[in-house]
Amino acid sequence: MKKRKVVMDAEGIERSLTRVAYQILEKNKGVENLVLVGIQKGGVLLAERLGKKISQIEGVPVPVGKLDITLYRDDIMTSGRARQIGKTDIPFSLDGKKVVLVDDVLFTGRTIRAAMDALMDFGRPTLIQLAVLIDRGHRELPIRADFVGKNLPSSHSEEVIVKISKRKTSDSVTIEEAF
Amino acid sequence: MKLARKDLLGIQELSVEEINLILDTADSFIDVSTREIKKVPTLRGVTVVNLFYEPSTRTRTSFEIAAKRLSADTINIATSTSSVVKGETFIDTARNLEAMNPDIIVLRHSAAGSPHMLSRAVRQSVINAGDGAHEHPTQALLDMMTMREKKKRLAGLKVAIVGDIAHSRVARSNIYGLTKMGATVSVGGPITMMPRFIERLGVEVHYRLEDAIRDADIIMMLRIQLERQETNLFPSLREYARYYCLNRCNIAAAKDDVLIMHPGPMNRGVEISPEIADGPYSVILEQVTNGVAVRMALLYLLSGGKS
Repeated sequence: MKKRKVVMDAEGIERSLTRVAYQILEKNKGVENLVLVGIQKGGVLLAERLGKKISQIEGVPVPVGKLDITLYRDDIMTSGRARQIGKTDIPFSLDGKKVVLVDDVLFTGRTIRAAMDALMDFGRPTLIQLAVLIDRGHRELPIRADFVGKNLPSSHSEEVIVKISKRKTSDSVTIEEAF
Repeated sequence: MKLARKDLLGIQELSVEEINLILDTADSFIDVSTREIKKVPTLRGVTVVNLFYEPSTRTRTSFEIAAKRLSADTINIATSTSSVVKGETFIDTARNLEAMNPDIIVLRHSAAGSPHMLSRAVRQSVINAGDGAHEHPTQALLDMMTMREKKKRLAGLKVAIVGDIAHSRVARSNIYGLTKMGATVSVGGPITMMPRFIERLGVEVHYRLEDAIRDADIIMMLRIQLERQETNLFPSLREYARYYCLNRCNIAAAKDDVLIMHPGPMNRGVEISPEIADGPYSVILEQVTNGVAVRMALLYLLSGGKS
């Protein structure tokens, strides 16, 4: 039997996202040239939700894209399997934009490294910021988040599971021991 | 989520799941080729050798572009300029290549079964880019990808393959693939170009063009190899064209929204008339575009399996 603990429920997640939306606006002084890019798969719905909140607050729509980083991973040749490739859809130019990358969990930082390399192939943003719902520590690269929903100190053997769906009521963040 | 095999030697040995995996992966690679920077770092450090014992522009270029868009290094060996002309045997060439440690060898050879032989001789992944009259698996995969893209399905489609069935590796690979995926295949061509017992592969056999393409969703015209004329398989090109050239009139036997495919290179006016080749139903150039994506998918799937 695995030990499982819910660390955030749907309401908690919603409140965190609202705060992060305001923080993004505060730091960037509005929505001018601001775009959000969610990382497949966990960051896509979060980016859409943040985008909606920011648009509501400012009354101006914010472009939201999605990015799949599979082809930029550093473990393709060593992982022993070819991973399924997801959809990348950034239907706007990144040149001169302030890009906020959005992901669910920040862990080793390797996904974010890959995402930054991928973004650079699509254009030349003015700056890239990072928003995550959960920062669980254990960085392996010099990467940090600009906006964090919740800091969640964890051990390496634990698993952090973020469930986000279109129907918000069942959203949750749980932490699970490996044995 | 892994192509659990070292090589891609033919469609015959692939399962439906494997074909779907390759086609789905190929779909995801389409947008790499449409970006401004048409390159991803995925296969950095991987070396792909294109070993071609037969002339080819399309297939070799397609493999080379596919490898380069994935950041792999490519080496092209055309045997007319290699030590093959000095008398080196096939296996010796292969062993020497192996000693230089490439990761994937793409082979085209006029002898059926040569990729299988190569695969046993070397530890590298081998991709069959056409072996004799046996198989041309990447062509069938790009054909199926194109059909699936345009018709949104493969199961239930009626596909007609017309031309020199006996000498066509494209026909054989497509027959294996399409029947596996639930499509109905009919083959058409003169009796001299129809192999005996072809119906055992689960296809309908016709000797008139109109019968073969009746109610077809897709017509695939095969290239008439002009050099075959000397072997008396047909009396003259003009006579072949009169009975088997797909044109504005005979195409009416097929469905109204029929797609026209051709693996290239085309002989305009022999097996396909220019107004059909350049017409609205032709997806011949889409096939070429999809070829790059299919080959990227295979290079990716075969490379990812190492640990």
